[in-house]
Amino acid sequence: MGLLSDPNRRRALTNLLTRLNTPLCIVCYLAGVAWFMGLAFEPFTLRTYMSENAMGSTMVEERFLAGERALVTAREFAAQKKKMGGMPVDWLVKAMQARGLEVFTQSFSRTLPFPDENKERYMVHGTNVYGILRAPRAPRTEALVLSAPCTPGSSNNQAVGLLLGLAQYFRGQMYWAKDIIFLVNEHDLIGMQAWLEGYHHTNTTGMSWTPLEGRGGSIQAALSLELSSDIITSLDLVLEGLNGQLPNLDLANLFYAFCQKIGVLCTIQGKLQRNDWDSAAGYSQAVQTMLLMVLKQASGRPWGDHGLFLRYHIEAASIRGINSFRQYKTDLTTVGKLLEGMFRKLNNLLERLHQSYFFYLLPSLSRFVSIGYYMPAFGLLAAILLLRALDLWVQLGSPAPGTEDGLVDGEQVRPTPFGPGVLSVLTPLIISHLTGVALYTLPIMAQQTAVEHFPVSETEAVVLTAIAIYTAGLALPHNTHSPCPSVRVLSGEGTEEGWRVLKLIAIFYMAVLLGCTALINFSLGFILALTLVPVAAFITPHVPRVLSALVMVLLSPGSTLLFSIFVYQELQEAPITLLEGWNLFLSVISQGILDHNLYGSLVYPLISLLVYPCWLLLWNILFWK
Amino acid sequence: MAAPLTLVLIVAVTIRAVLFSSSLAEPLMERVEVVSPLNAWKRVVEGLALLDLGASPYSGDVFHETPLIIYLFHFVIDYADIVFMIADGITAVALYLAVQDYNKTVFRKQKYALEADRYPHDCLELIRTPKEMYYIPLKVALFYLLNPFTIFSCVAKSTCGLNNAVIALFILSTIKGSAFLSAVFLALATYQSIYPLTLFAPALLFLLQRLYIPVNFYRPSFWLFTLQYAVMYLGSLCVIVCLSFFLLSSWDFIPSVYGFILSVPDLTPNIGLFWYFFAEMFEHFRFFFICVFQINVFFYTIPLSIKLKEHPVFLIFMQIAIISIFKSYPTVGDISLYMAFLPVWSHLYRFLRNIFLVSCVMLACSALFPVLWHLWIYAGSANSNFYYAITLLFNVGQILLVSDYFYAFLRREHHLTHGLYLKRKDGSEATLVLK
Repeated sequence: MGLLSDPNRRRALTNLLTRLNTPLCIVCYLAGVAWFMGLAFEPFTLRTYMSENAMGSTMVEERFLAGERALVTAREFAAQKKKMGGMPVDWLVKAMQARGLEVFTQSFSRTLPFPDENKERYMVHGTNVYGILRAPRAPRTEALVLSAPCTPGSSNNQAVGLLLGLAQYFRGQMYWAKDIIFLVNEHDLIGMQAWLEGYHHTNTTGMSWTPLEGRGGSIQAALSLELSSDIITSLDLVLEGLNGQLPNLDLANLFYAFCQKIGVLCTIQGKLQRNDWDSAAGYSQAVQTMLLMVLKQASGRPWGDHGLFLRYHIEAASIRGINSFRQYKTDLTTVGKLLEGMFRKLNNLLERLHQSYFFYLLPSLSRFVSIGYYMPAFGLLAAILLLRALDLWVQLGSPAPGTEDGLVDGEQVRPTPFGPGVLSVLTPLIISHLTGVALYTLPIMAQQTAVEHFPVSETEAVVLTAIAIYTAGLALPHNTHSPCPSVRVLSGEGTEEGWRVLKLIAIFYMAVLLGCTALINFSLGFILALTLVPVAAFITPHVPRVLSALVMVLLSPGSTLLFSIFVYQELQEAPITLLEGWNLFLSVISQGILDHNLYGSLVYPLISLLVYPCWLLLWNILFWK
Repeated sequence: MAAPLTLVLIVAVTIRAVLFSSSLAEPLMERVEVVSPLNAWKRVVEGLALLDLGASPYSGDVFHETPLIIYLFHFVIDYADIVFMIADGITAVALYLAVQDYNKTVFRKQKYALEADRYPHDCLELIRTPKEMYYIPLKVALFYLLNPFTIFSCVAKSTCGLNNAVIALFILSTIKGSAFLSAVFLALATYQSIYPLTLFAPALLFLLQRLYIPVNFYRPSFWLFTLQYAVMYLGSLCVIVCLSFFLLSSWDFIPSVYGFILSVPDLTPNIGLFWYFFAEMFEHFRFFFICVFQINVFFYTIPLSIKLKEHPVFLIFMQIAIISIFKSYPTVGDISLYMAFLPVWSHLYRFLRNIFLVSCVMLACSALFPVLWHLWIYAGSANSNFYYAITLLFNVGQILLVSDYFYAFLRREHHLTHGLYLKRKDGSEATLVLK
């Protein structure tokens, strides 16, 4: 307790922290970034290992041989799909029934808040078809799901073919202790959402669907399959789910273990692991993989059909077949064997997957970074905010000249900082939050008006309204200060103390906000901290205005999104021009709003209701008069 | 001063009324930070349903409120929202009047001391001025009514608001000097949740001080008054308990309410310290540690009463804070009651040492509670350790806050007798160090 009670030591520490504040902040920032970049360096990461005893070894003899037959089924399915111009429901029902499953259908419909231009849909009607293979060996209290989306066009037929092939093969095996549900969902995530809501009797998004007639037990794990070619070169594992939630690491370990055993090339984020970690190229590969994961996780959207399962406490992943120009090819039989092996292991589970990590980053499939290793990177960035807050606190408390030689223990007299400044602080707080509320609600509410008055489509209207409000928010400081001089006099606005109090509040606000965000979705928190923390640290009314304003705009949440898009494309090895980038930026915003309305992704409300107002507070400080 | 108070009341009621009709009310009733098994509204409704069916409300092991509460809501169930708003209003007004009266006493005492020239000369800057004291009662009401903790607690219809009202009325009647009413309200508060029992000591000290009876064990007048007060207290407690018995014509409520509070069988997570310990503990240690934990709540009364016997109102504050930190089922409503007193001690601000740290901790923890709860219960990715870590930090923050105020109070008193600028024997400046 020495530090807390001995005034001399406290004073020494406080003096040190205030005197060295700026260098300390810079060091913290650099250390945070360096720590983060170091995470991908192989000696600093841990090797993945299977924690779940029930899935301990890969001693399963895979016997699935019907890859060719699955291809025939896939072609038949493709022909039927083409004939129907959509999902061949009747054919699927018959095909599943012929394979001895209990088959049910669920139809659903949903009107999007505005047309989705990427997927060209607005009023969505569809049907999910699913068949349940009842467990012969155990009471039917638990279930596993294998799903394949039925997408328009010619993609993903092989996935449905393999799903039906596996259903037929699984039907003949006696060892199943869990129900296995084979699901073909239409309209990818919307169908999946309808099915999951129907299965769990919840309705969180206001979608209309018919109730499910047949149910298995509680779902323990789910795999979603995406295959679009007869032969593949590698399998890609997709983990990122809604709001950056990840499945238990054991699911990834299971996939990796079977890929190793069967000899399939496996990738994550589409990047093949390299063995030469000590070379620059190897390290750069790991960093790229990890950065891609961070960017995907930060987006908060489900990156595959598995993404919505996670919300229901179901560990799920998507497996995506990739056909590139590599020599080494894998046929459908092998993929079938891999799935058979994974399902047999999952079938052995005695309880939900919980042994391994839920918070991790993967620089490659065989290496992982756990929460204990990556949190310090964020902690170092957050420490800057605390240091600045401490500095401000001391400045606020530093006594007016007359009373200085006051106190016995040399502690400084701290007049309460919440004296006259309260009103002047309250105004920007309220106004910036109202702007946030406008940013959140207006784009969708005003689309009709916008379409009537401007030559734009609904989607463009929504996105452009959002950008317009975002930009309009920047003009606010001038409006809040000038028109009411009486309030300014009354509230003591314009004083040195005023902006300090406001900044202290903004910094606290940001620290708590980013901390909470980083706990739920580390990547999002870290990316936001990377850009917002420097702004919060350096901003005062006394820095050069024009230059700082430029820097602030460049580091605002919106620009962060734009940069992230360019970085993402760069990492995907698909660089884009500025114009393409801008178009992508617009479509990403519309996707973000749609994700929020359709699946309940929280990133858009978080940014518009909390992060953006917080940034506006800092903007307000810059233009403090 | 009545006008600002009315304004604050109107604002507070408006906020509550808006929140009651919003969609926030429903999820708030489920929050473990806001409601505990003792005061959850859902359980009260369950108890009422059982009562209406003619069964004992305690038969289902769900309802743990006292019989008086259930009979209160038996009659006003349709106006429950209003009852909770009124309870908050009563608490605020009672605290307002109490603090106003207390401040007058403090000021009068200070004036006498000044006239008697009892303060050292360099202590003039510690003297409190009427100007700074003028707004304190209003600030107290403001702190209570507009504290988000109180608002959440009220909107969730946690019966904690009623307990707070009873305690506030007890404080008011004590400060007004009405021994009888004070004893009655103290009995009522004890009846509601046992722990306010520890407020007996400060109330007695205050009343003694008011009657100019010194705390001297050899003086019959001291014993006479103590006996008188104790008899009033125990008598009214007895009456209330018997009344409860006649209302339900069974003693079911004793184990269901007091047994439940003392033996802590429900380990639903909350912001307190009990649940995690007892969930982890081996069964055969349970009884021992229950005793230790419960004695912990009551134990501080003795040293604090000895140390603060001249300052009973500060002692009340300390006791309420200790109860709300260490009680078995704490909620944020309990915290809001002692937080309302913070403006009363605003003159201690210059002696507070950790206020920056404490406010950081409290702010961060309040935000992290729902986040970690989400991660644990909904996302399934975190576990109970995460949540308990925050609980622990939150309580450490509270303890630090309370001990900081305690230290600051003692230090101010020390300076008032020994002078503000202490010198060492060699004449250099001295510092006070708490070790």
